[in-house]
Amino acid sequence: MKKHLLSIDDVTADDIAALFETAAEMHDVQRREVKKLPALRGRTIINLFFEDSTRTRSSFEIAGKWLSADVINLSAKGSSTSKGESLRDTVLTVTAMGIDGLVMRHSASGAAHQVAQWLDVPVINAGDGMHEHPTQALLDAYTLTRHLGTLEGKHVAIIGDLTHSRVFRSNIKSLAKLGARVTVVAPPTLMPSGVGPWSARAGFATSYDLDGVLAGEYGPVDAVMMLRVQKERMSGGYFPTAREYTVGYGLTRGRLAMLQPGTPILHPGPMNRGLEISPDAADAADSLILDQVSAGVAVRMAVLYHLLAGEETGA
Amino acid sequence: MTEPDVNGDEGRVVLDDADIARALTRISHEILERNKGAENLVLLGLHTRGVPLARRIAAGIAEVEGTPVPTGSLDVTMYRDDLRSHPTRAPHKTEIPAGGIDGRIVVLVDDVLYSGRTIRAALDAISDLGRPSAVRLAVLVDRGHRELPIRADHVGKNLPTARSEKVRVRLAETDGADAVTITGGTE
Repeated sequence: MKKHLLSIDDVTADDIAALFETAAEMHDVQRREVKKLPALRGRTIINLFFEDSTRTRSSFEIAGKWLSADVINLSAKGSSTSKGESLRDTVLTVTAMGIDGLVMRHSASGAAHQVAQWLDVPVINAGDGMHEHPTQALLDAYTLTRHLGTLEGKHVAIIGDLTHSRVFRSNIKSLAKLGARVTVVAPPTLMPSGVGPWSARAGFATSYDLDGVLAGEYGPVDAVMMLRVQKERMSGGYFPTAREYTVGYGLTRGRLAMLQPGTPILHPGPMNRGLEISPDAADAADSLILDQVSAGVAVRMAVLYHLLAGEETGA
Repeated sequence: MTEPDVNGDEGRVVLDDADIARALTRISHEILERNKGAENLVLLGLHTRGVPLARRIAAGIAEVEGTPVPTGSLDVTMYRDDLRSHPTRAPHKTEIPAGGIDGRIVVLVDDVLYSGRTIRAALDAISDLGRPSAVRLAVLVDRGHRELPIRADHVGKNLPTARSEKVRVRLAETDGADAVTITGGTE
């Protein structure tokens, strides 16, 4: 495995298999009375978050602590960044304290790559702008693999705000590495402009018509992944009204009925109930949304373990 | 595949399949004798080859007592003190029998007892999993050179070795055939 996890490009299909194998063991540890493993005892990890986050940050924190690492959370609000310190100075300052790993989220695409050039400790990208969110994609694939047995040949529909979604960008890479077919659905205004070359690839399709995809126009759908409408990035007038978005692209009660019984529903959270996903779908028996959260801890434990526990590989 | 070549490059055979079978039968009886029956016993095999050995010992005990012994597996990867000096590998499965280990007599089973560090890691792992009333250790081969104050309660064979020698245990379940061999040393 490479030193950093900045993008799904950094892991091979074999790496993913090893991560999933470890994550399955970590999942068992989650159910134990004593949830600590000593693998990262004496290591210090900093969660450096320049953007808001609840589940990613807390699950990285729990993952680190269950592996016995010391985890420190730093958010940009209330740190020196708000006093005008540069990104470079901030990360060099925190690493100078002697940390062993950095988990970072930043609103700028490529921020984690940039930081990885400056540091010689492993950097884990916890979301960079509209670029990638590799641990989310890994936990999504892990959740689906546990549920479906394998992703080989499965057809996954990803629906929602693709343009702004780093979750989508990481997911199409990981799903492709695991042999799944992907159909992405979005309103024309939220379809990324660079999607053309991808859609030419085998096993990948784009559509503006959610009902058609759910009806099986691109083959039976084995899993549905809803993406969040990112209200904070919605100043551009991408769709006329929220109501109109729901009618065209929400997983409504009616569309829920179009799915084959047992089709898993995923959402990376936080959900806008009533906008991209109806409460019926979010709370459906086939919804794996809470499984994703518990898988998040297990997968992040696996990532921290593989990047931080072993011998120093140099780099 | 026919018989693997257990001589030549594969080293000197110190225990063949019949020796291994006899040693395990004896260990099964010793465990029963020491425990005065199979009551409250839990066998935990250490990955990789301790797991099939634990199953064989459990089968031996079941043959004598007529009742199955809860048998599981324990992976100690995350508890090792040498994690930093090896590339990381995915941990194996830890499977604790349904009744748990609280208040039980846990017998750890491994193939070779050497430095004792694996057993130390296993003891740490066990204390995170519950509180057995006692923990015992059964090994197929004790080759000496302990680095920690740890000893085995049941030993298949004491095998004096030099540190430069390599003891290799092969089992039908993992390697296709049963044999314990020694290679290397004196050159």
